[in-house]
Amino acid sequence: MGSANREKFDNTVVEWIDSRMPIFTILNKEYGVFPTPRNFNYFWNFGAIAMFMLMTMIITGIILAMHYTADTKLAFDSVERIMRDVNGGWLLRYIHMNGASFFFIAVYIHMFRGIYYGSYKKPRELLWILGVIIFLLMMATAFIGYVLPWGQMSLWGATVITNLFSAVPFVGNWIVETLWGGYSVDNPTLTRFFALHFLLPFVIFAVVFLHVWALHVSGSNNPLGIEPKGPQDTLPFNPYYTAKDTFGLVVFMVAYAFFIFFAPDFLGHPDNYIPADPLVTPAHIVPEWYFLPFYAILRAVTFSINWYLIIGAGLCAYAFIKWMTKNKERESFFVKEYMVFVLPALFLFVLGAVIAFIPVSEQQFVDGELQYVGIARIIEGIRYYFTFDFLIPDSIRGTTEAVEMRVAIDALLIPISAKLGGVLAMFGSIALLIVLPWLDSHPVRSARFRPLFRIFVLLFTVSVGILGYAGSQPADKVYWSTCLGDAVACEALAHGGHGAGAEHHSDASATTIIKLDNTMLAQAFTGFYFAFFLIIIPLLGRFEKARALPYSIHEAVLGKEQRAGV
Amino acid sequence: MSAEIQTGNDNTHACCECDCGTRRDFMQLAAAAFGAVGLGFFVKPVIDSLRPAKDTQALATVEVDIGSVPEGESMTVMWRGKPVFIRHRTRKEIEMAQAVDVQSLTDKQSDEERVKKGKEQWLVTVGVCTHLGCIPQGQKPTDNRGGYDGWFCSCHGSEYDTSGRIRKGPAPKNLDVPPYEFVNDTTIKIG
Amino acid sequence: MFIRILTVSFVLLGFSVQNAGAAGDQVSPPSQPWSFYNGPAGVFGYYDQASMQRGLKIYREVCASCHSLKRVYFRNLEALGYNEAQIKNIASEYTVVDGPNDEGDMFDRPGKPSDKFVSPFANDNAAKYANNGAFPPDLSLITKARAKGPDYLYALLTGYAQPPAGEHVSGGQHWNTYFPGHKLSMAPPLSDGQVSYEDGSPETLDQYARDITHFLAWAADPYMEERKKTGLKVLIFLLVFAGVMYSVKKKVWKGAH
Repeated sequence: MGSANREKFDNTVVEWIDSRMPIFTILNKEYGVFPTPRNFNYFWNFGAIAMFMLMTMIITGIILAMHYTADTKLAFDSVERIMRDVNGGWLLRYIHMNGASFFFIAVYIHMFRGIYYGSYKKPRELLWILGVIIFLLMMATAFIGYVLPWGQMSLWGATVITNLFSAVPFVGNWIVETLWGGYSVDNPTLTRFFALHFLLPFVIFAVVFLHVWALHVSGSNNPLGIEPKGPQDTLPFNPYYTAKDTFGLVVFMVAYAFFIFFAPDFLGHPDNYIPADPLVTPAHIVPEWYFLPFYAILRAVTFSINWYLIIGAGLCAYAFIKWMTKNKERESFFVKEYMVFVLPALFLFVLGAVIAFIPVSEQQFVDGELQYVGIARIIEGIRYYFTFDFLIPDSIRGTTEAVEMRVAIDALLIPISAKLGGVLAMFGSIALLIVLPWLDSHPVRSARFRPLFRIFVLLFTVSVGILGYAGSQPADKVYWSTCLGDAVACEALAHGGHGAGAEHHSDASATTIIKLDNTMLAQAFTGFYFAFFLIIIPLLGRFEKARALPYSIHEAVLGKEQRAGV
Repeated sequence: MSAEIQTGNDNTHACCECDCGTRRDFMQLAAAAFGAVGLGFFVKPVIDSLRPAKDTQALATVEVDIGSVPEGESMTVMWRGKPVFIRHRTRKEIEMAQAVDVQSLTDKQSDEERVKKGKEQWLVTVGVCTHLGCIPQGQKPTDNRGGYDGWFCSCHGSEYDTSGRIRKGPAPKNLDVPPYEFVNDTTIKIG
Repeated sequence: MFIRILTVSFVLLGFSVQNAGAAGDQVSPPSQPWSFYNGPAGVFGYYDQASMQRGLKIYREVCASCHSLKRVYFRNLEALGYNEAQIKNIASEYTVVDGPNDEGDMFDRPGKPSDKFVSPFANDNAAKYANNGAFPPDLSLITKARAKGPDYLYALLTGYAQPPAGEHVSGGQHWNTYFPGHKLSMAPPLSDGQVSYEDGSPETLDQYARDITHFLAWAADPYMEERKKTGLKVLIFLLVFAGVMYSVKKKVWKGAH
């Protein structure tokens, strides 16, 4: 920013300003001649596109705020007045409504590019973290903004999501009431959400400024993931990337305009055109599409997490880290540490999983003995001893005293309820992005030279899409089921209709139904999501053999053109 | 801008120097023009949205029943968010208004120009002082009506006569006469 | 095991996406040929004024006895092809409660174009009470407030049927194929010959359902025509702009690769 080595401008006004405050020199340095790798592909357009979307949202948002009334009695009507009476109001609202979606589209592609080409790696860790912070702020802003029209989805989405915080131990209810400013999502909530929805975009803007600042210190990554070695590897930002970014932006706007003008409500939910009613909950609450993968992760945790699982996971993590960082000469690792950590961990895992996942069979005690056969007997045996069920005297079984005892034991045995587990998993799934630069220790950035990493990144992307689909579907939706066991009983089940009626069929105990429902789908892909970050990426970082990197960007670009016969 | 592109990239310079022909200039100009037009497309609805909305416009006319106002008294109605003074003038007030020498006035208007022919007893004006927008007093018989028996603006002492014309004080113009018409003898439509 | 779930779910995903709408108690309404969906993705959509006028007649004669239309102004009826005098006439047939007047009392007056459609009930509770606890929803946004709104509305109005064997419908409720849960408090509102048309259109349930839906689709989305016309211009502009930018980009990058 030094003005000492400033060059003079021909225009006297520009020169007058610049000699006092070198803003034009800085602009020229950062956006005019800024050396930018010459080999960007179109994935690199999405930063500029996201910036454009932020500005679009701020401008249309300020206009909408001039017409909007943040009061539960008037909010819905004021939005409809914007749609019907304010000149061009429908256009501004549709630009804003769909703008949220297209902002997220741009940012998700931007993030994919960052992961695929390893843009989060040294020296760009802070740049990446600032980006994740922008993403978090965007999620908060978008969620709060969706509440403002005060339709049914606004109210019930806000109710469900703010209630997540009640899962926090001890202070949960206090947090939720503080968020609400009352005992439910109501007028004080709406008013403060409006204030925050107005404020947060400017906070985002400030963090974007830091993000760009950090970018201009380290310079951009590029599809090869190697640093420019000299001027032959770069081009001045203007006109090369101003022209390319503008072209990409206009193409992006074609898709954006299509939704604004021809499918403006496609990405929304019809229920939000019903005024909020605190007495009626919609049959099926779904968040906006850009939250669906995280919503699926939230809902995937349907089981409480007991100490066995936590200690088991802790031991596994410890052993995994030990093994990852072990000295290669110490071959004895497998003999010692494996036995000490992994076997007990597996044992604890099995115990914890049996307790957490397998539903309790109807307990039948005959003369103080458990009456089960085969595997069910083993499972209930495990449950009997390892949930400390044996502490409850048989003499008081079936009484409220026994139930109270059970509750007291569970409170000690299960530190993380299903609800809290879901919340932790959801926030954890985003927190993993923050530590991604340290999970991936591979020296090569770009997936182009990491064939395995490439496959897994693509699988990860698909799995996030599937999580998004799972998030949009009812939790109990069954995708596939089959009936094993007694053929006659199965036949009876199939004809006896679904649901409760079938379970009371006399022969139902002779059958086992295997099904894949939406919760299982979400659980499987939530598992993959976390495995990708916590197991696959660290393993690949240590063991993956990368392909040979080109010497320089210039060489690689020339090589491609020579092959193409240019 | 005199700052040379300092990339040391010979290709860049070669391209720029040899291609400084008109086509590139034209295309860049065209692109800039498209950008400007596109921005205009966006700015227009933004500005439009700040103009009075359709429900506001729809309320821009009001019908008022003036049959209940006795001679010598006034009524105030709201029109476009502003008060409109409707005074049922007495014979004496009308004569006072008509007797004034128009040439002596700050804002030269005769009383005939300010009322409807045949309905001289009805004076309809926007009740906003033309100085800085205060509401003058004089609607109630007990109000201070100033030295000309019309209205008196207590903010800066402007005095209006029985035709709502400025006679004394800082206001530059007579009280505005809104567009209105008589629907029948006892009903007027303002706006 | 994980791999198997993965494979199975991938295969089933494609299958289930198609059937997503058919799950549960909700039957997806068949698509109807609406003029406002004219053209690919509805880009040439327009409202049929005659149909909307008939729809308004049905609303006023049938629906308005229970359902409000409180977001629509009489002046908006201009879009149906009525002139100012006709609109004033329609408005004046309604009684609007205005006030308070100078004495502090509410008073009745005939409607004006700047008034909204008058609701049949004073408030939501009165509406609920008069309808055995079932709230008749406001119709101003009804086609936007339901998935596949216009198709759903048409299907609902024509979808009353005898309950299938084994299903019991209690008094005051009616079986409807397309209503979520099938048991609907609203009695079949329309039947053949119920409303007389002056323009010779068939006086059938089918035609009634189409016309009222057309009218309500307009009421929910009055700027649809303007939006789509503007949209076509904007898209063409952007496509040309994209072409110009492409050639600028190519020109700028010539020799830089």
